[in-house]
Amino acid sequence: MILAADTMQGPSIAWFELSPLLILLGGGLVLLVAGALTPRWPKGTYAGFTAAVAGAVTVMSFVLWDDISDDGAQTLVAGALAFDRFAMFVTITISVAVLLTSLIADDYLRREQLDGPEIYGLFLMAAIGGVVMGAANDLIVLFLGLEVLSISLYVLVASHRRRTASQESGIKYFVLGGFSSAFFLYGIALIYGGSGSTNYAEILGSFSSSVQTNRTDAFVLAGIALLLVGLAFKVAAVPFHFWTPDVYQGAPTPVTAFMASAAKVAAFAGMLRVLNVALPNWRDDWRPAIWLLAIVSVVVGSMLAVVQTDVKRMLAYSSISHAGFILVGVEASGHTAGEPGLGLGVSAALLYLLLYAVLVLGTFAVVTLVARTGDGATDIGAFRGLGSSRPALALAMTVMLLAQAGVPLTSGFIAKVSVIEAAVEARSYALAIVAMVASVIAAFLYLRIMVSMWISEPESGDDDREVVRMPLSTGLAITTCVGFTLLVGFFPGWLIDASKHATIVVQSLAP
Amino acid sequence: MGFPVLTTLVLAPAVGAVAVALLSRRRPEWIKLMALLASAFTGALSIWVMSSFSTDDAGFQFVSKHLWIEPWGISWHLGVDGISLFLVVLTGVLFPLVIVGIDPHHDHKRYFAWLLLLEAGMMGSFLSLDLFVFFVFFELVLVPMYFLIGGWGYDDRVYAATKFFLYTMLGSAFMLVGIITTAVLARSNGVGHITFDLVEIAEKATFAASTGRWLFFAFAVAFAVKVPMFPLHTWLPDAHTQAPTGGSVILAGVMLKLGTYGLLRFGLYLFPEAARWGAPLFLTLATIGIIYGAVVATMQKDLKRLVAYSSVAHLGFIVLGTFAFTSQAITGAVMQMVNHGVSTGALFVLVGMIYERRHTREIAQLRGIQKVAPIFAGVFMVVMLSSIGVPGLNGFVGEYLILIGSFLTARWWTVVAATGVILAALYLMWAYQRVFHGEPDDDNKNFPELRLKEGMFLLPFVGLIVFCGVYPKPMLDRIEPSVKALITHVSEKTGYTEPQIPTPPVEEGEAP
Repeated sequence: MILAADTMQGPSIAWFELSPLLILLGGGLVLLVAGALTPRWPKGTYAGFTAAVAGAVTVMSFVLWDDISDDGAQTLVAGALAFDRFAMFVTITISVAVLLTSLIADDYLRREQLDGPEIYGLFLMAAIGGVVMGAANDLIVLFLGLEVLSISLYVLVASHRRRTASQESGIKYFVLGGFSSAFFLYGIALIYGGSGSTNYAEILGSFSSSVQTNRTDAFVLAGIALLLVGLAFKVAAVPFHFWTPDVYQGAPTPVTAFMASAAKVAAFAGMLRVLNVALPNWRDDWRPAIWLLAIVSVVVGSMLAVVQTDVKRMLAYSSISHAGFILVGVEASGHTAGEPGLGLGVSAALLYLLLYAVLVLGTFAVVTLVARTGDGATDIGAFRGLGSSRPALALAMTVMLLAQAGVPLTSGFIAKVSVIEAAVEARSYALAIVAMVASVIAAFLYLRIMVSMWISEPESGDDDREVVRMPLSTGLAITTCVGFTLLVGFFPGWLIDASKHATIVVQSLAP
Repeated sequence: MGFPVLTTLVLAPAVGAVAVALLSRRRPEWIKLMALLASAFTGALSIWVMSSFSTDDAGFQFVSKHLWIEPWGISWHLGVDGISLFLVVLTGVLFPLVIVGIDPHHDHKRYFAWLLLLEAGMMGSFLSLDLFVFFVFFELVLVPMYFLIGGWGYDDRVYAATKFFLYTMLGSAFMLVGIITTAVLARSNGVGHITFDLVEIAEKATFAASTGRWLFFAFAVAFAVKVPMFPLHTWLPDAHTQAPTGGSVILAGVMLKLGTYGLLRFGLYLFPEAARWGAPLFLTLATIGIIYGAVVATMQKDLKRLVAYSSVAHLGFIVLGTFAFTSQAITGAVMQMVNHGVSTGALFVLVGMIYERRHTREIAQLRGIQKVAPIFAGVFMVVMLSSIGVPGLNGFVGEYLILIGSFLTARWWTVVAATGVILAALYLMWAYQRVFHGEPDDDNKNFPELRLKEGMFLLPFVGLIVFCGVYPKPMLDRIEPSVKALITHVSEKTGYTEPQIPTPPVEEGEAP
């Protein structure tokens, strides 16, 4: 017995390569533990600390990106986590989302008298889950990431103590999210049953090494289906979207922004990797499912968005439609998954995720301000007259709405073109056309918000409304988002290159 | 060429827009001056381009090409040839006129900023020789136009603006997929690398017939909405009627030409085989548009709506000429694009002046204006006659060339379309008769005469109408080589031979 214990060795830990995760974990623990033990920190320091942690993670990820470029990709912790540029791209996206969220949340939480270390700590914890999902190279690790992300989000959604809508949506999200996690876990079990492993590389290997019988294949297929249910729930694809409008509307607006950006990125990253690295041999089986999810999401998301009157609900449905667009990229990747010359699908989806994350954060940042004290004024009427009372804010919102509609010289256009290009390259013409037509339907909704801001006359009661404040930190976040949107709109080359480099490594991991 | 003229043409209005946006809103006169300076500079530059344009060169001139988005093979590629030259000049001339002549009544700063941005977008659309860059500008012009209609239009402006935006965007949705597919397929069909360059794809790529037809229709839908061709025209009367006068002038004057220009540049040039194949459909729709537009225009009670429907008919002629595939017809079509811009633009200005004075555009409310405002009526008459196509005025030259050219290849369509000329006389003359003839009633008795400032503003329009009608040679000299080159390109790609007219018509000036 003793002898056996001596020979058993734990996996070697690559501390440096894991530093983004460790920084996030350290930051989160400091906030939760030190924040609880020390008296209230001075105004803005919680947010500042969180932003600093997120900034450090971003910088670290850039350093690691270069290391990977020099030394090549590898797997960490005994093959549990992938260390590649895809993971770094996701990490950068999520950490930028955390940084912007903390800037938006700072003023919001003080305005709503909710300021404290817990919410920021939970943002960092959720980010850990997201980063793990993007790097997971094992189904169990993917599940761990998903749960860490989800549980943090359940609490965050319900964190507005004085709004019953917030708590209601928290419960709703928790119950439905629990269901979807159960599906997801059962899917993992079935794939394990069919392939004999939870490790991506081994799942891939099992297809070629063992003799395929119908029984094991059926296990894997059922597993893939359940896995997709769980992931589609997290990315809010139709028909697993029913929680989205209610939760987006009820959650505190900065949390909604975080969910629409970081959580979506994480879930899509997990989906892209598991499908392309572990399950390319079943690509002809999962691709039609993704195709259907994509079509239904863009169409239903756009159509339902148009009939809403609450801006947060509109943006929730529009985020469903955007998820459909990203699924177009995932579908495109399904045509060439596992092949040496991996197609454009993965890079297009990654690019879309990054650009959309920044856009949606900026948009919700404006909503945070317009919602005013109490976080309740999110009806489209609340935006009336913003063009004359706060022209700069209205202009920023207009830029981001136009970008979401896919108007040229904004990042949203680049995102759309890249996804459509990937679909065309994979010869999914029907999907490309349906997605573009649906985006026209969705444009109507962005126009409605713009009409409300610029063209509608203020009504008589509007003068009594609280004036929209412009706090520095939120203003900084909005400026950053708008600047990025326009910068990428005019000069997208470098980012397209980066996203193309981020895919190469996915493929090299698959033996 | 050392100095990037065409890039300046695009950027000068954009810079002007930013400058206007930065000025204080309490200084409307400075704002107007700034806007005028930017647009006048652009206009002067476009005229300089026209005067130094070489008539011997059928290809693209003043070309500038810089790599823009390397991973996608997209270049900032601008150039001008005989087909786009006069549209550029028209854009350059019309904008300063609109800025100096038509007052927005409120919110000068935003109005002029949007207008200048629109000009930049229009210039970019006419000058780009890269499919992607073209799409960027084509789509970008929607935003300023949307805000111009929505912000400064009449009662139903939000509805009209939204309809305009969504209709056009729907067409563009197909075109974007078409553009990307073209580039991707061209790579494996002759070009060898990913590029969105119009010239490179048009010269090197060979698409299978069915592929080319699908792609052609993806482009054509977007342009057909923009033209607008029957039955995709329903946004136009709303947009025109609700738009402020300046917006209507720009919309009719240059923006609709994006559609007909696009059909020539990205339909015929890029997919000659498919354009030949689809010609009967387009000829039929164009002819229906001519007759339908004229009939509906006759029935209108609103003067502005009448002019809007007359645009549907006029643009039908341009499409007819485009798909006739003879150099006379296409030269006429290009000419008619400019003519329609000038005449219909002027008509909208005049209708706008009537509305300013009487606060109505109902034909039934207006009568006997000729008695109290003879000069105004005279100017209206000249512009109207130009729109009808009376010899000696610009409308005749274009329409005649279109009809004579189309008669060679699309005889029966042309026969039906020719009745549209008569119908145009009917609806315009009848409207003129009801509005200007007779005894003025109490409401119209005090209709103010044309003021000097308004006269100065209308003078360039009338001057162009007469000049182009009497002496179209400078225009034809510049248009024809490029049109001939286009026909040659079509012949090379499809084996089509252009029928020749035995004796050249006197009107054309130069024998073919």
